[in-house]
Amino acid sequence: MATTNTDYLLAIEDLTVSFDGFKAVDAVNLYVDQGELRVIIGPNGAGKTTILDLICGKTKSTEGSIKFKNQELTNMREHQIVRAGVGRKFQTPSIYENLTVLENLEISYPWGRTVFGSLKFKRDEKVQARIDKVAEQIYLTDQLDMEAEFLSHGQKQWLEIGMLLVQEPELILLDEPVAGMSFKEREATAALLKEIVKERSVIIIEHDMEFVARIANRVTVLHMGKILADGTMEEIQSNEKVKEVYLGH
Amino acid sequence: MTTNSLKQPGGGLLDRLFSGRSSILSYTVLAIILFLVLPNLLSAFRLNMAGKYLCYAFACIGLVLCWGHAGILSLGQGLFFGIGGYSMAMFLKLEASDPESTSIQSTPGIPDFMDWNQVTELPWFWYPYKSFPLTVALILTLPVIISCILCFFYFKGRVTGVVFAIITQSMVACSWYFIVGNQGYFGGINGITDLKTLNGWDIRTESAQKILYFVTCICLFGCLFLSKWVLSTRLGRVLAAQRDKEERVRFSGYNLTSFRVFIFAFAALLASIGGALFTLQVGFMSPNLIGVVPSIDLIIYTAVGGRLCTVGAVYGALLINTAKTMFSEAYPTVWVFIYGALFILIVLALPKGLAGVWTDHVRLWIRSLLKLDSPAKPKKIKSQTT
Repeated sequence: MATTNTDYLLAIEDLTVSFDGFKAVDAVNLYVDQGELRVIIGPNGAGKTTILDLICGKTKSTEGSIKFKNQELTNMREHQIVRAGVGRKFQTPSIYENLTVLENLEISYPWGRTVFGSLKFKRDEKVQARIDKVAEQIYLTDQLDMEAEFLSHGQKQWLEIGMLLVQEPELILLDEPVAGMSFKEREATAALLKEIVKERSVIIIEHDMEFVARIANRVTVLHMGKILADGTMEEIQSNEKVKEVYLGH
Repeated sequence: MTTNSLKQPGGGLLDRLFSGRSSILSYTVLAIILFLVLPNLLSAFRLNMAGKYLCYAFACIGLVLCWGHAGILSLGQGLFFGIGGYSMAMFLKLEASDPESTSIQSTPGIPDFMDWNQVTELPWFWYPYKSFPLTVALILTLPVIISCILCFFYFKGRVTGVVFAIITQSMVACSWYFIVGNQGYFGGINGITDLKTLNGWDIRTESAQKILYFVTCICLFGCLFLSKWVLSTRLGRVLAAQRDKEERVRFSGYNLTSFRVFIFAFAALLASIGGALFTLQVGFMSPNLIGVVPSIDLIIYTAVGGRLCTVGAVYGALLINTAKTMFSEAYPTVWVFIYGALFILIVLALPKGLAGVWTDHVRLWIRSLLKLDSPAKPKKIKSQTT
């Protein structure tokens, strides 16, 4: 794969994945800058989640390259990709229900992730300070000692975002972070996202257009595994092709 | 209140081993039963049997970690129990086969079953068992090495759950056939019998067996504390986390293969220690003690005791074996049916085993009687309403 190095944080080129001949993602090119908040929209089955799966290594690509800081990700295992600096949040909140909020955040702390590192791991001042800071960001300071299963749906979503923040990734992949949230929770999430994008890049999949309009720098529209349009929110909203397949109904 | 645990980070080693009142209580009760009640109550014969049951408890503690906490069901712990048991048996057998006492054999100085099978020279893999320190080293390292080799590629290929359980069962079945098939090297179906002394100390006397019982109890507590420590570290939480949310742990940057191999090898090590102590107390080792059925028995003891509770597993091994002995002495033919029914009843009615009865019912009841305020419960209820 002779791809050139770029200045982008993430450079996806000619990315294709086919499941038994069906091309879920078809020759996609996507570039994400440092500090950019990119939103991917598109109708159901457009291949949005598949792209995130490909970036984080959950699905293996058929063709093409994904370069993160000019490092090829397509042949790395999941934990290596995470350690390289990519964090992934799943569509349904994926947290450890039987552990407390504090322990959930602690497990994500990016030190001692080997067997013997875990045996020796101590919750020292540095770890606490980091967890405290993240807990404040995700509005869960008062719930640190609570078992995660008793959190509300929105709080669980925040907790999973918090687990990513503890890892200090340079790129965060979020799959529908505000699904099922109340209006107030959406507002808080938008504020949270604006805060975290100051230090890192974020790719978000989202359906809620009002929410997208509030947060996005750039929007990419995906349709049938291909990129249909790419631009600012205003450009996308006035794009005829996009209106036809997606926004019109 | 909420930042309480932040102010006491992790705690010292002792705090973590004895976290909470109930933990100290359960260790104390077990210690009183094992060190005071049983030795004073039971005859020498029964105490030896209790010691034998406690050897199974080692394997059960391993299953609590591996199956209960990490979600890796192994139906093949008998294999590792056997590695320890056979290692000890081979050492004792060599000591019992000195040239004087085997002078009537055609090749004096080798174990009797080898002579019967026309083996004329001690096989190379028996040589390490001439030395006691080497034997102990093998008891501790062989199960770790073998379990790592057996499970590494399966875990790397993400084979888990039922498929892995069946693989472990076939492993133990294979080892059974291997031992039975190699009669000249391992004594075949009869096993390795006529074990007499350990470094010249006769292990068949009543006093020796009583000492061995106490040695077993001390080792058991050592293993209990070691397991509790492992579970109290972040590794314990990672294991529990990967049991329920495998993907999430992987995407937090953990290589799950090494964690699974570690806990499987740790469980194998505990089983091997139990096996070695078993041979010392029973005086022989045979393939029927380590085959498919005994391996499943180990699962049943663990399930009955409570698969999330290490202390519970000890009670499970003790109680089921006591019941087995009592019933099979009185009603040999019906015992298997009672056994099966008991297991089904426990699994259906008490998914957390006997330990669950204690934590979910008896302890709460005692607390409400004594009006002891349990700090965990009210907070949970409060949080549910917010």
